[in-house]
Amino acid sequence: MTTATPGSDSATSDDAYLVVEDLSVSFPTEDGMVTAVSDLSYRVELGKTLGIVGESGSGKSVSSMAVLGLHDAKSSQITGSIRVGGTEVIGLSENRMRKLRGNSVAMIFQDALAALHPFYKVGDQLSEAYLVHHGDSSKRDARRKSIEMLDRVGIPQPDRRVDDFPHQFSGGMRQRAMIAMGLINDPKLLIADEPTTALDVTVQAQILDLLQDLQREFNSAVIMITHDLGVIAEMADDVLVMYAGRGVEYGSCKELLTHPEMPYTWGLLSSVADVTSDTSARLIPIPGNPPSLLSPPSGCAFHPRCVHRQKVPGDLCATTMPPLSPGKRGDAHLKRCHLPDPDAIYQTEVLPEIAPDLVERT
Amino acid sequence: MTDVNVSSPDDAAQHPDLDPPDVTSEHEAAPLVTTFGELAEMGHTPAELDPDAPPVLEVENLRMYFPVKSPGLVRRTVGHVQAVDGVSFQVPEGGSLGLVGDSGCGKSTTGRLITRLYKPTSGSMMFQGQDLAGLSYRQMKPLRRNIQMIFQDPYTSLNPRHTVGTIVGAPLIVHKIIPKNKVLARVQEILEVVGLNPEHYNRYPNEFSGGQRQRIGIARALTLNPKLLVADEPVSALDVSIQAQVVNLLQDLQREFNIAFLFIAHDLAVVRHFCPEVAVMYLGKIVEIADRDTLYSHSHHPYTQALLSAVPDIKQAAIGGRRERIRLEGDVPSPINPPSGCRFRTRCSLAQEICAKVEPPLLQIGARHKVACHFAGELGAHPVRPVTAGLLGVDDQGSPSSNGSVESPKLSPGYEKTWFDVRSQQMTSA
Repeated sequence: MTTATPGSDSATSDDAYLVVEDLSVSFPTEDGMVTAVSDLSYRVELGKTLGIVGESGSGKSVSSMAVLGLHDAKSSQITGSIRVGGTEVIGLSENRMRKLRGNSVAMIFQDALAALHPFYKVGDQLSEAYLVHHGDSSKRDARRKSIEMLDRVGIPQPDRRVDDFPHQFSGGMRQRAMIAMGLINDPKLLIADEPTTALDVTVQAQILDLLQDLQREFNSAVIMITHDLGVIAEMADDVLVMYAGRGVEYGSCKELLTHPEMPYTWGLLSSVADVTSDTSARLIPIPGNPPSLLSPPSGCAFHPRCVHRQKVPGDLCATTMPPLSPGKRGDAHLKRCHLPDPDAIYQTEVLPEIAPDLVERT
Repeated sequence: MTDVNVSSPDDAAQHPDLDPPDVTSEHEAAPLVTTFGELAEMGHTPAELDPDAPPVLEVENLRMYFPVKSPGLVRRTVGHVQAVDGVSFQVPEGGSLGLVGDSGCGKSTTGRLITRLYKPTSGSMMFQGQDLAGLSYRQMKPLRRNIQMIFQDPYTSLNPRHTVGTIVGAPLIVHKIIPKNKVLARVQEILEVVGLNPEHYNRYPNEFSGGQRQRIGIARALTLNPKLLVADEPVSALDVSIQAQVVNLLQDLQREFNIAFLFIAHDLAVVRHFCPEVAVMYLGKIVEIADRDTLYSHSHHPYTQALLSAVPDIKQAAIGGRRERIRLEGDVPSPINPPSGCRFRTRCSLAQEICAKVEPPLLQIGARHKVACHFAGELGAHPVRPVTAGLLGVDDQGSPSSNGSVESPKLSPGYEKTWFDVRSQQMTSA
């Protein structure tokens, strides 16, 4: 595994298939402008997976929908830059966006029952996705391609199931059908928005296996949006943690989950139980609730819920927004926190409470 | 977090619509935590098992068959969905039993049977010396205050047109526990117990966030001082950081009021934390039931093993890549026409002829461990010959035979002093 190099001026900037720089997305609402995403930067290379983690309302989905150009161009205000394979997406005309969408960038949604049209056969919905981008092929070709894709994602008897309606599929099969639809045009970038949240663990494992196999086969770049850190740990190469519309920690998966440097990430780690952990481990929640984006807190958006802010001299956390900058663990690990030596605090204070069995090893 | 009240209760009552819908931080009456040490103190370690606690609920051979009607004018019954088929377990007083399994395995139906939202097809549910299964609606009513339920979705389980005070106070009025003029005081007391600001009794559910709504649901279940709470996926609809708050709250309440929990969830990690004892269900039957350590570290049923290996593990980040896992192929079969014999056999890597012919009994194989499998054994150490053949009076292929049978072990909802040891194939005791 090559180490990721977050940071806009690094040498790898040309290799990345998707480059998002300083992205901000705002929507007008009845109560005023809501800035759902601000100053977000990340990059994904071909064959790599970026995991985006955060609570609901942290801007995970909004940022990836911006990549697909799914926000209403008239009302929403999008600034910054999104480059997909070298093409600037922001400000792209709807006609050119349509050529990109579903062809080089595809999305898998959380709720497959809602994302598939209930009145059309699964096969016809797949064929449509194919024909839109392959105008010169016949319907028979499209049908053959649909059957091939259904077979590829592991649906039994694809030549018969292709004529089924979505409600005749089970939850796992629907998710597979949607993955087949997303991949039918060989997209270079696949955005999976909570692809397994609605599924049982055994089905989830099947779908994750499938996504990984397909990624290897097609060498596509994948963005995996989820709130399940276990899924992130097993699937992602890089991880971006989001809070209140901003990236708060960004680094390679192993580095970030073993040496997290941002108290919000600590909170996420300490508030999930685990099937193998020591039984003396505590479950420690993050106090309070996520902030309203209508009036985000001053300074660091996490400071009202942060229990480590006393360790920062003065009132810095409440007055100044920390930059997303490298900590002591190298340039590949960015964090948005004022704490001078967060890794030491994590290892000595947090880890003994949440995973006593890991303390000696690290 | 702070209990600064922006608008006075009276204002809110007159203009409920004026309240901003998602400003929720002022609803909580939780104490302000300033250091990580204090916060860690509030977090709980997993609940411990009390092996001597008497059972508060004893379920035996519970069955729920939903009829499947034919289409058309004359709607004849053409089959049954065997949602729950012969389930037996005990919930210890003040303890908790976890119920896990894939969707459609009957775990939620079991919860609804115990709260008597459904009338079971057969079986018994002994609670305080009374069999809930046979009671009429009128006979059931006084008992309902002892068995309450917490629902999964805090958005649909609260009436949006009722204030929090009405929702939480409704059980008190229905059961005529206290005079009407004292209801409010009790409601406020309960709201404080679950960590909400008691002055917000006249706000509407839409003014609260998901985690806070779940607290309202918990408050409603608590008003009557129940002995048993059925929690059906109480945290799965919540964000990760809020899940931990609610789980800790439930643990606090359990300790304070000595409430027994039947904790239904599909998240194996949360169940492991909350429940010292766990039952795994598959297609309407319990396939394995054991204490936490046995189930999570020494499970004997291939389905439990597959389920556990499918859970993504955060610790995998240190190693990289995916864990080796047991892949289950296909989907759960239809409960209308379940497979003969063992219901898991169609997806099981160990299945042999006997599995199709004979249904494996839920056999006690340890001090607090029961499993329903002919080839019960730890992962990678499953026996070659069916362990149950001798007990059931059949040969290794499952055909009836007169081969010397050890006395058949009793199959009761609780645990016996002696059990069938899988390795030695003998009855043993501690």
